[in-house]
Amino acid sequence: MIIQALAFYLFAGILVVSALMVISARNPVHSVLFLILGFFNSAGLFILLGAEFVAMIMVIVYVGAVAVLFLFVVMMLDISFADLRKGAMQYVPVGLAIGAVLLTELVMAYGVWAFAPDALANRGAPLIRFEGATNAESLGQVLYTDYVLAFQLAGLILFVAMVGAIVLTLRTRPGVRRQNVGEQHARKREDVLEIRKVTPGTGV
Amino acid sequence: MTDFNLIPLLPEIFLSLVGMGLLIVGVSQGNVSTRVICWSSAAGFVITGLILLGIGWETQTVLNGMFVMDKFAGFMKLLILTGLVAAVGLSVRYIIQEGMERFEYPILIIFAGIGMMIMVSANNLLTLYMGLELQSLSLYVLAAFHRNSMRSSEAGIKYFVLGALSSGMLLFGMSLIYGFTGSVDFTTIGATVNNLSAIPFGLTFGLVFVLAGLAFKISAVPFHMWTPDVYQGAPTSVTALFAIVPKIAAFGLLMRLLFEPFMGMSEQWVQIIYFIAVASMVVGAFAAIAQGNIKRLLAYSSIGNMGYALMGLVAGTAEGAGAVVLYLTIYMIMTAGVFAVVLSMRRQGMAVYKIKDLSGLSQTNPGLAYPLAILMFSMSGIPPAAGFFGKLVVFNAAVASGYYILAVIGVLSSVVAAFYYLRVVKVMFFDEPADAFDGGLPFARRAILFISVLFVLGFVIKPNIFVSSSFDAASVLFQG
Repeated sequence: MIIQALAFYLFAGILVVSALMVISARNPVHSVLFLILGFFNSAGLFILLGAEFVAMIMVIVYVGAVAVLFLFVVMMLDISFADLRKGAMQYVPVGLAIGAVLLTELVMAYGVWAFAPDALANRGAPLIRFEGATNAESLGQVLYTDYVLAFQLAGLILFVAMVGAIVLTLRTRPGVRRQNVGEQHARKREDVLEIRKVTPGTGV
Repeated sequence: MTDFNLIPLLPEIFLSLVGMGLLIVGVSQGNVSTRVICWSSAAGFVITGLILLGIGWETQTVLNGMFVMDKFAGFMKLLILTGLVAAVGLSVRYIIQEGMERFEYPILIIFAGIGMMIMVSANNLLTLYMGLELQSLSLYVLAAFHRNSMRSSEAGIKYFVLGALSSGMLLFGMSLIYGFTGSVDFTTIGATVNNLSAIPFGLTFGLVFVLAGLAFKISAVPFHMWTPDVYQGAPTSVTALFAIVPKIAAFGLLMRLLFEPFMGMSEQWVQIIYFIAVASMVVGAFAAIAQGNIKRLLAYSSIGNMGYALMGLVAGTAEGAGAVVLYLTIYMIMTAGVFAVVLSMRRQGMAVYKIKDLSGLSQTNPGLAYPLAILMFSMSGIPPAAGFFGKLVVFNAAVASGYYILAVIGVLSSVVAAFYYLRVVKVMFFDEPADAFDGGLPFARRAILFISVLFVLGFVIKPNIFVSSSFDAASVLFQG
């Protein structure tokens, strides 16, 4: 038990510190790297909860894809983050005040936290079928059956996101010479090639 | 899963297929097909409505209890589909005139519509969130649809950032509710809440966050800051869509959430809704006075109107819920008519938005001025126009439950609101005429304006058709 508690505080502590560094690091590349550190630590927390599949997905998807994508964007865009941050200091008092209020509220909420009497039974109800199964197995069994509606809706949301990204960014520029394979294949020799008989000594 | 049955979902499934099919047509034909796709999507909404009428509205939950179909959902979906047809009909000419005719426009409206229909049928926190995000994401893109306009991009960004924040609050609240009750299913949550002897602090805390997130979506004070800017910045046809439809869906969601799983906590949420309702009515009435831009004016008007509708929720009775549904129906039809006029405010091919641009409209273009005047009278709640009856039923419901102060505040703020509605009428009829607007009202706009005015004036003759059907629909929420 004590090892688990130690591991929890280790992961949680590093997670909080790296989250703080994400917003306070001067260099945006460092921010992204701290974000990756944060993802790793939250994956550690998931493992402590016994959700090993979610932990692995966290590392693969967030670290492997999302954060690396961030890193590329940050490195490729020529944005002066120092300029963006110039006026930010004036909002610190307001931010701190809101943060303090939220913290107090959270302490109040969790200080007297009590579960509903039925909560344990409610939470356990969907799990009875999966006694002893691994994470991936049980997720796989419910994802396309019990939660098929949520799954399909997630698909629709991603579809809209894709359409939206294209709508907002795709511009058709006039006068761009693109390769058109169909046109190239449709070309006939007669259209482009002319054979002239040139008599010697006269020129074309 | 024992309750696998896709029949209640047929309208949504059909609409998604229409959306995807039209997208393929658009991609292969290019932007020249925008007009065809717009009208096909309007036809798609109509057919979806017919399917909806055909599937039967008896109460049943399907797909692991995540989706519920009942009379309330059916009625709200019909309203949403009607609003969407109106929004598309209003848009076609406008997007061509503004040079933003791209075929994705009606397709995004279709997907927003699917999201809204899912929202009113959600019986699970997951379905609720998925529907809400599907709707919001499409609307963010639509707000920024006019890419060459700074204001439109600004509106899109502002809506997106604040919308993401509100979704975050919603999710945080949901996580607290799940943590406390151990379930995301509305039926289970309801049973758990009803079993409690005392309402614990943590659950109230979660509900407050959920309500904050939803109040943002219906633009109720104090979460209304985005509304005037987004209404002003977004292309007017999109503003019309924002004003007409999404609020109905958000209200449907809010009503199901409050009256089904959280009815046992009504003491807690009534205080919150009470405050939001009062604040929205007052801010909507007073802030609109200073507006010179008709789109901003309508934004504040919609904030105020959401306050009146929330009043029916405070009542917490089947009567109050019916009043809300009726109020939303009337508000939707009036707003569609008003936007048919606002979209026609163009001079020399440029859209104008100032209230003083309407000066002397009764002389230069009486065909627009008289309908707009009738609609403004109705918005300000002057009998015998339909808007009066909308306000009457919500005030009635509030008084019947003993909320006298709330009703008095409502009446007073609607008196203040009458000032700015009637000022529009005054500007049109008694000011020096400005230059005439460009002529030629397209058929769709003319039809919507005509139906809207006909409804506003004719409501008094046979009010029972609408009153009984909306009260009937809302009563379903109180049977469980």
